Amino acid sequence: MSGSRDKVLQRVQRALGRGTLNTEQRAQLAVRMRTPPVPTRIEFDEDPVERFVAKAQKESATVAHVANVQAIPEAVTEYLKSHNLAAKIAAAPALRAIEWPAHLEVEFGATRGQHESAVTPCLAAVAETGSLVLLSGEETPTTLNLLPDNHIVIVRRSQVLRNFEDVWQQLRERDDALPRAVNLITGPSRTADIEQTMQLGAHGPRRVHIIVVDEI
Amino acid sequence: MRFTSVDFERNVTKALQDEHLQDALQRGMHGFVGKRAEAVAAVPEFERLRDEAREIKNHTLEHLDYYLESFEESVVRSGGHVHWAVDAVEARGIVLDICRKTGAKSITKGKSMAGEEIDLNEALEAEGFEVVETDLGEYIIQLANEPPSHIIAPAVHKTREQVSDLFHHHHRLLGFEQRQVEVPALVDEARQVLRKKFLQADVGITGANFLIAETGSNVIVTNEGNGDLTSTLPRVHVVTAGIEKVVPTLEDMTVLMRVLARSATGQEASTYTTIFSGPRRPGDADGPEEFHVVLIDSGRTAILGTEFQDILRCIRCGACLNHCPVWGAVGGHAYGWCYSGPMGAVLTPLLKDLEAAKHLPNACTLNGRCEQNCPVRIPLPGLLRKLRHRQYEANLTGATTRYGLHVWAFLAKRPALYDFCCNVVVRLLHLLGKRRGRLARVPLAGGWTRGRDLPAPAGATFQSQWRARGRS
Repeated sequence: MSGSRDKVLQRVQRALGRGTLNTEQRAQLAVRMRTPPVPTRIEFDEDPVERFVAKAQKESATVAHVANVQAIPEAVTEYLKSHNLAAKIAAAPALRAIEWPAHLEVEFGATRGQHESAVTPCLAAVAETGSLVLLSGEETPTTLNLLPDNHIVIVRRSQVLRNFEDVWQQLRERDDALPRAVNLITGPSRTADIEQTMQLGAHGPRRVHIIVVDEI
Repeated sequence: MRFTSVDFERNVTKALQDEHLQDALQRGMHGFVGKRAEAVAAVPEFERLRDEAREIKNHTLEHLDYYLESFEESVVRSGGHVHWAVDAVEARGIVLDICRKTGAKSITKGKSMAGEEIDLNEALEAEGFEVVETDLGEYIIQLANEPPSHIIAPAVHKTREQVSDLFHHHHRLLGFEQRQVEVPALVDEARQVLRKKFLQADVGITGANFLIAETGSNVIVTNEGNGDLTSTLPRVHVVTAGIEKVVPTLEDMTVLMRVLARSATGQEASTYTTIFSGPRRPGDADGPEEFHVVLIDSGRTAILGTEFQDILRCIRCGACLNHCPVWGAVGGHAYGWCYSGPMGAVLTPLLKDLEAAKHLPNACTLNGRCEQNCPVRIPLPGLLRKLRHRQYEANLTGATTRYGLHVWAFLAKRPALYDFCCNVVVRLLHLLGKRRGRLARVPLAGGWTRGRDLPAPAGATFQSQWRARGRS
């Protein structure tokens, strides 16, 4: 197997008409990798939160605003009611600190698809495209973002960033390595594979609902 | 899949006469061009992004060995495994071996063009594994036992009625008695069938839209979320990717991601873009226990460093197919391999066989729309012309064409004689077609006039008219 590794790398070098890169060249490339050229960003003048909300709605997500963290359970309850969904949710363990009312049945942890609705936090939201950024982890199982029909995501106002580059910076400050999965999610799952007719709810959630916490 | 590029001419005739196909292409292909144009017009930065995307890919290709090694190092650091395959045989062997060691029964697959290239499904099925494609389009064509006809819309050649028949036939055995005809009901039925498969699978195999050297990540872009379920639920996740998929950093990936979604479907962002790095971490609530990446050469290093290197920038968005009049008329299957349209006409002769695929570079009007719309600015018409040249040099061009080219070259090098001959031919055709204004038959051009008339020339060449008007 290592034979093939060397073979492929040698073929690359032969094709490029050179041998192995020297120490200096490698050092230069290492610098580029640590400090990549700043790419062209998608610029905009709108308020990032307003833009994030508008873009997410354009991609068929729904959005509600609440004043503070205490108001989250009520907003969740209301959403479930408005879609005739059971008052039963799977929630990311990261949301244990929220005071969930007794009338709402909350199970903390991952899912294998037995849950109709899930509530999760996110790392950030991106104004550029209306995308949510969710990380895998002990406190934030990835399956909650994918298997339930209804995915409710809590976004604090201060979490809304302008561009993806801002997210990468935050990820690097957070830890040396990335978590197993960084999900960038823009609206509910969809497909256009039958006659290019757009249909929501392909394999992932049929609905994505965003609760923006306005408190700073 | 069967490699039928050698039968291109026959495939084309069949495609043009296939009413279902023509119907499906009419219904499915009209949206792509307009949606891309709209998405591109909405961002003034787009042309600059294309330049940057090209530079990033060029830079990576020039230092491919360095970035592949860096990628490997980063994958290992996050607990994953990297395998290297010189060709399709070795790549299949590696994947089979992983599946055997896992003791897998059931395998789910996210759409992977590298997987198509190496005939992975056939190899897995021959070993007795149950293989299920999970992208809806790929699932449809798997049921139909056909190869994909489009990179991002693999079942665009199927009408809704055909999908309805396929589902009814296959899903009846699973308890879905009623034949569904509407798109929402069809999508929902597939969702129910495939949800079970996702949860049962022991191994999930996906492709890679990008590999990131900095972080050892595999990036998958989908709208359905099938790539995520395939990568998250099974015990083992295997990625099959061509070596040209690597980019240096998250920032570089961002540029490519911005041009990819807009060029492919006219979206600002695909619904799911996921950056996977390694297996589940200690304490993680979910995710696969093993993460493998199979890096596949299979002909790519033979393109690197040659006059065709530009094609290795391709990010498989499908824009060149969507803007190609030839693809639009015959669809993807006629090209005879997993890649079709302009990028397929360049890649197939280079990766498979220059002689067997000799028709592909010639099935092109050189109108240039593919290059105009390519997010990484691949000079596709130029590459196709170079392939024609290579065919000529390798003596693969037909005798009539060669003879014709010799005659033309002889004349073109002698302007006075060229002018004289043109005048004679033009006057002759003018006289012949005088009565009707067009010609139903022209000597030596029977192939051209078999399906249409040639408008009769004006009676004098442009050159002679120009001279007559005193060059004013």
